[in-house]
Amino acid sequence: MSGEPILRFEEVSKIYPLPAGDVVALDLVSLTVDPGEFIAVMGPSGSGKSTLLNLMGCLDVPTRGKIYLSGQEISRMSDDDLTRLRRDRIGFVFQQFNLIPLLSAVENVEFPIILTTDREESRRRAIEVMRAMHLNDALFTHRPAELSGGEQQRVAIARALVNDPDLLLCDEPTGNLDSKTGTAIMEILAEENREGKTVIMVTHDPNVAAYARRTIRIVDGRLA
Amino acid sequence: MFFSFAVRNLKRHWIRSALSIIGIVIGVVAIASLGIMGNSINLLVANVITDVGDTIVITPHTAIGGTFAGDPRTAVDAAIPVREVEEIRRAANPHRTIPVLQGADEVEFGRGESGYTQIIGLASDDIPILLDLADGQYPRQNQPGALVGTYLAAEYDVAPGSRLTIGNESIRVAGVLAERGFAADINPDYAIVVPDGWYESHFGARDTYPMVIVRVGDAEEIDAVKEAIDSRINRREDIVDILDSRDMLRQYEEIYQQITVFLVGIGGISLIVAAVNILNVMYISVTERIREIGVMRSIGALRREVLRMFLYEAVILGLIGSIIGGVLSTAFGYLISLAAVEVFTAGTTFGENITVFDLSAVGYIVFGMAFGIGTSIAAGFYPAWNASQLAPVDAMRQK
Repeated sequence: MSGEPILRFEEVSKIYPLPAGDVVALDLVSLTVDPGEFIAVMGPSGSGKSTLLNLMGCLDVPTRGKIYLSGQEISRMSDDDLTRLRRDRIGFVFQQFNLIPLLSAVENVEFPIILTTDREESRRRAIEVMRAMHLNDALFTHRPAELSGGEQQRVAIARALVNDPDLLLCDEPTGNLDSKTGTAIMEILAEENREGKTVIMVTHDPNVAAYARRTIRIVDGRLA
Repeated sequence: MFFSFAVRNLKRHWIRSALSIIGIVIGVVAIASLGIMGNSINLLVANVITDVGDTIVITPHTAIGGTFAGDPRTAVDAAIPVREVEEIRRAANPHRTIPVLQGADEVEFGRGESGYTQIIGLASDDIPILLDLADGQYPRQNQPGALVGTYLAAEYDVAPGSRLTIGNESIRVAGVLAERGFAADINPDYAIVVPDGWYESHFGARDTYPMVIVRVGDAEEIDAVKEAIDSRINRREDIVDILDSRDMLRQYEEIYQQITVFLVGIGGISLIVAAVNILNVMYISVTERIREIGVMRSIGALRREVLRMFLYEAVILGLIGSIIGGVLSTAFGYLISLAAVEVFTAGTTFGENITVFDLSAVGYIVFGMAFGIGTSIAAGFYPAWNASQLAPVDAMRQK
């Protein structure tokens, strides 16, 4: 990469207007993320971690300030453009796995690329990524409900990686898993990072945060 | 992709989907078969009405003038005096003016069968112009003879040569009239036609006529003739109402068209009920999948793709329902039409060779199906639109 940070926040604020008064979720946050980093975002609940992750993932736009994703300013983008950024450049891993219950494991994984790529190529790529996640071929046609938590999260990570994103965003990726399974998931994320993927992860578990090479602490919407 | 997704979701809740499909089926069947029914009534009426396109019918002016001759509200004791008839004759010249006498009397058909029957009196030389014979001969100038309407003849087994007793007077049957149908002027199928001389001597001369018919050879001239009569007779006040058979045909058509619209309207209501059901089903579907929609949006599904997915569901429901409905209404519509024809032509020979199921009936089926699909899409659109407009973050927060 040409020294361009993958993500840059310039005095970003996010304010939610509520009837009881405005809630400042993020207050003048500035930060940069370089390619290849593995960052843990930590903080008490309600501190603004999720808001930060949503803004990084182009799921939301800031009230004030500017966010650059690989040099592109996103806060004035249309919903369709933001959606395309999420589809092509960003991978999401959620605490609740958030697999689509109607789709089989392999269909879940190919969902982000089948929107842009032909069927055969999508399937080939999905299977390739799932095998890299050490998922047994027999599980590919299973529905999410038929998979264990660890398997579901590995399917979810495969889905996040299938579009070869610049940025992998994880929201409490081990929060719903026992510690052994959680450790296996963290090994996968660390491996992805070693291969050059930029990983940003929200967690409140210090053991999980230990995998990251940088920790961002956030309290009351400000970096601490 | 989004299509198979929609199919799977419909299958997942197959009872719900089946119920909405049934709703659409009922709606489509209702709209199509009621349309067909109205349509076949129209066809039937068109078949039964004799289109005498060159006839002007003049009746005494009544307060609700301008309606057709059979309107029961015109059944008042009014008649056109002979003086006006002569005026009409002059105005209509060179076209033939035919004054009509109409009354009723008890008629004995022999073998002890009798009943009140309409008696129509016409000038002997006018009869062949107005009426066709099925059997026998027209009564000769100075030899009284009756012509019997075809249904009356069939019902009482009357043939040329038999004798009837009208009131207390006996009269020979000269001929049996051909079936005439429901015409704008006179309807002799259930009546007896006698020469005017006999009529007047039987009922007593009255010098007034309940109806005057003008036969205009050329349909182009109808309006001019009507105008001439109107300006001559109705100069100071309206004495007569002047209608031609086209007006009456139009009036009948209007009435039956309205019946069709009314019937289709009833069908439409049931389709609206079906649409509300789809709306409800789609709303439930969207509501319980809000989180899923949020996930799809967050991993790259565009708004319009979400919209499309939910619209597919509505379209599939509408399509299946409409196709089944179309097939069923073809069957139902046919049966209903048969029943309608039977009711409308009970006791007559009309409609025996009428095909009630023609191209416009197919039109109603297509219309019903299109309406079914249309309402499904319309009902599915709002929930689908709502789903697509959800912010992914908010949607995913839903449990």
